[in-house]
Amino acid sequence: MTAAPQVFYDEMCGLDGGVLPHYRGYADWLASIPPDRLTQKRREAEVMFHRVGITFAVYGDETGTERLIPFDIVPRILAADEWATLERGLQQRVKALNLFLHDVYHEQAILKEGIIPPRRVLENSQYRAVMQGLDVRNAIYAHVAGVDIVRAGKGEFYVLEDNLRVPSGVSYMLEDRKVMMRLFPELFARYQVAPVDHYPDLLLDTLRQAAPEGVADPTVALLTPGQYNSAYFEHTFLAQQMGVELVEGQDLFVRDDTVYMRTTRGPKRVDVIYRRIDDDFLDPQVFRPDSILGVPGLFGAYRAGRVTLANAIGTGVADDKSMYPHVPDMIRFYLAEEPILANVPTWQLRKRDDLKYVLEHLDELVVKEVHGSGGYGMLVGPAATMTQRAEFRERIIAKPDNYIAQPTLALSTCPTFVESGIAPRHIDLRPFVLSGREIRMAPGGLCRVALKEGSLVVNSSQGGGTKDTWVLEQ
Amino acid sequence: MLSRTANDLFWMSRQVERAENTARMLDVTYRMSMLPYRVMEPGEKWAEPWAVPLVITGLATTYYQRYPELTAENVLRFMVLDASNPSSVYSVLQHARENARAQRGAISVEMWESLNETWLRIREKSYGTLTAEGVSAFFDWVKDRSHLFRGVTFGTMLRDEGYQFIRLGTFFERADNTARILDVKYHTLLPSIHDVGGAVDYYQWSALLRSVSAFNAYRKIYRDVITPLRVAELLVLREDMPRSLHACMNQLYEILQELSAGAKLEPERLAGEIHAQLHYGKTERIFAVGLHEYLLEFLEKLQSLNDEINRHFLVPVYA
Repeated sequence: MTAAPQVFYDEMCGLDGGVLPHYRGYADWLASIPPDRLTQKRREAEVMFHRVGITFAVYGDETGTERLIPFDIVPRILAADEWATLERGLQQRVKALNLFLHDVYHEQAILKEGIIPPRRVLENSQYRAVMQGLDVRNAIYAHVAGVDIVRAGKGEFYVLEDNLRVPSGVSYMLEDRKVMMRLFPELFARYQVAPVDHYPDLLLDTLRQAAPEGVADPTVALLTPGQYNSAYFEHTFLAQQMGVELVEGQDLFVRDDTVYMRTTRGPKRVDVIYRRIDDDFLDPQVFRPDSILGVPGLFGAYRAGRVTLANAIGTGVADDKSMYPHVPDMIRFYLAEEPILANVPTWQLRKRDDLKYVLEHLDELVVKEVHGSGGYGMLVGPAATMTQRAEFRERIIAKPDNYIAQPTLALSTCPTFVESGIAPRHIDLRPFVLSGREIRMAPGGLCRVALKEGSLVVNSSQGGGTKDTWVLEQ
Repeated sequence: MLSRTANDLFWMSRQVERAENTARMLDVTYRMSMLPYRVMEPGEKWAEPWAVPLVITGLATTYYQRYPELTAENVLRFMVLDASNPSSVYSVLQHARENARAQRGAISVEMWESLNETWLRIREKSYGTLTAEGVSAFFDWVKDRSHLFRGVTFGTMLRDEGYQFIRLGTFFERADNTARILDVKYHTLLPSIHDVGGAVDYYQWSALLRSVSAFNAYRKIYRDVITPLRVAELLVLREDMPRSLHACMNQLYEILQELSAGAKLEPERLAGEIHAQLHYGKTERIFAVGLHEYLLEFLEKLQSLNDEINRHFLVPVYA
């Protein structure tokens, strides 16, 4: 692969401009709608989001602590067979990732077989030595995974990232659908769109399945860093939808390796914690001692098998960008299957040849920090200025281990309603994959869209928006 | 229910109720300020009508640190829109909305949307828009938003423990405020002793009754001139008057019985004690003690009740 070509696969029109069969009904409808009606609908959508208060906080922004994520009223539509492939691919991938996590924290067969160099895992900053030999319930580590998927080239899907720590965004998937159904009921009457609103039920069921052995009617709580966290809206939303308590560290305490909530009727035992706090902050006695978000003694209760954490501690070692290139091999190793979903070709800059190639082709590539997230600390070569590239080059040379590079993917576009009217904008997709006795997900996922013309960065912290994703039922 | 959740819900409804009562208090002050009387005693600055809301909320010192002069405009700015005054209508609505935001999972969607909407609207207000719309119209709006919130709560919220803590906050704050508003009259002097029972006196009592939506009820019940004894009876002892101390204590006692769930906790006992004093109270006794003193004592007991509620439900400490 070389520099991004100028032709992009379009979700509605493919590569040659003809409307694809699964978009035909929508395209006809769209063509029949006067533009000012769309403008009015967009305004209605904004009012709804403001009223519901679906906002997010932007780190480092002192003044506007809450902002709306822009919402685009044109849906992204996936045909039933496209989704069926994605679903199978995701199940396969997440299954292998959970097997990998169990393996590295137990026998380490994959390291002993030489499939992955042991150093890469054991010296990874995301590897948690305290998890070594510890059995987690049902051997599931990543109960909730948010896998980022893009479509590129001639329309083939690629996995861009496996988010196995505390993936967020699912509330937008659910609220986007609610708003779309209020705005365009006639479209839902015409189209058979697979529903997504059972996601909270699936999530609660997954969490309850993870309860410690012998607990018949487990109490689940969602642990949030608090209302100034950027994803706080989502935490409250999910807690409410599941009907579980939304707790902060201060609401919990540990006595005799058992976790309790402080309630108006005295202490109440908690069995499963859906935690939306990073490993480092969970327990000041074991991890960061300065953490005021966590619960002293929590790890002890966890080790004793008296409480389940979802996701487990130490999942970061599997979704780290330096581990990403090895996921296809994990699938082959644990499942003896060929990966259904492809990885994006990745140069690992700790390898001399790769480093050399990348430095020579900085203007064509995307370079990412191995531990970065949220679109921070990355260089999009073709869009960067000479100075930015020169600066980044210095950083790479100083610490090549810290970076990987990927070709600038010709991300697919989707029709989007922007200032100038309907125009193509680049998108991605984050389905949320739940692992319990089975691996399940709500059809579709969060579709993120780069609203700036030509931009390939879809992160909400970088000016991206969201779209409703429709998976058509056959 | 989490103690922190209960605490946030309790304060959410208290703040909404406080916004409403502050609006009521300022409205009655505004009406009184248009009456033809001024303070006679030199040095008794607090007897100016615009000092009354400052005195009864205990904010006079803070006010004079910020504003050198006592004017209608300054008091309105301070009590309505001043974000640095934690008791301004603006601030309490902000806090109510923050509490609701923190506890969205515990309340209904409609309750959150209602409070959020109120907050978005008050953020757009300035002193200019306030006077352009009319000050009384603004106070009516605040009252309407509070009524709406209570109605939405009544109509949409699950009857769980959270609902009880919300009601607890409402009636607690209302009891506190009715006592304070009733005390307004104590702070407003009449031009001279000859005016007692005169036109100005009448207007003051009727303004006070209107501020707690009790004017028509008074007429209906007594069909006679307004006398302090009857006003006190209506707003302290009558349990069919929804903002009276007795009515509030009826609710508080019942809620605390339910929250104690048979455990015989101190908040329930104390609420029962306060309730009994109102239930079996007599106006003559109140006036023997003096209305002002009686109200002060009531407010002290309410404070002790607040401490007990905190200790048992809202901010418990476990070893």
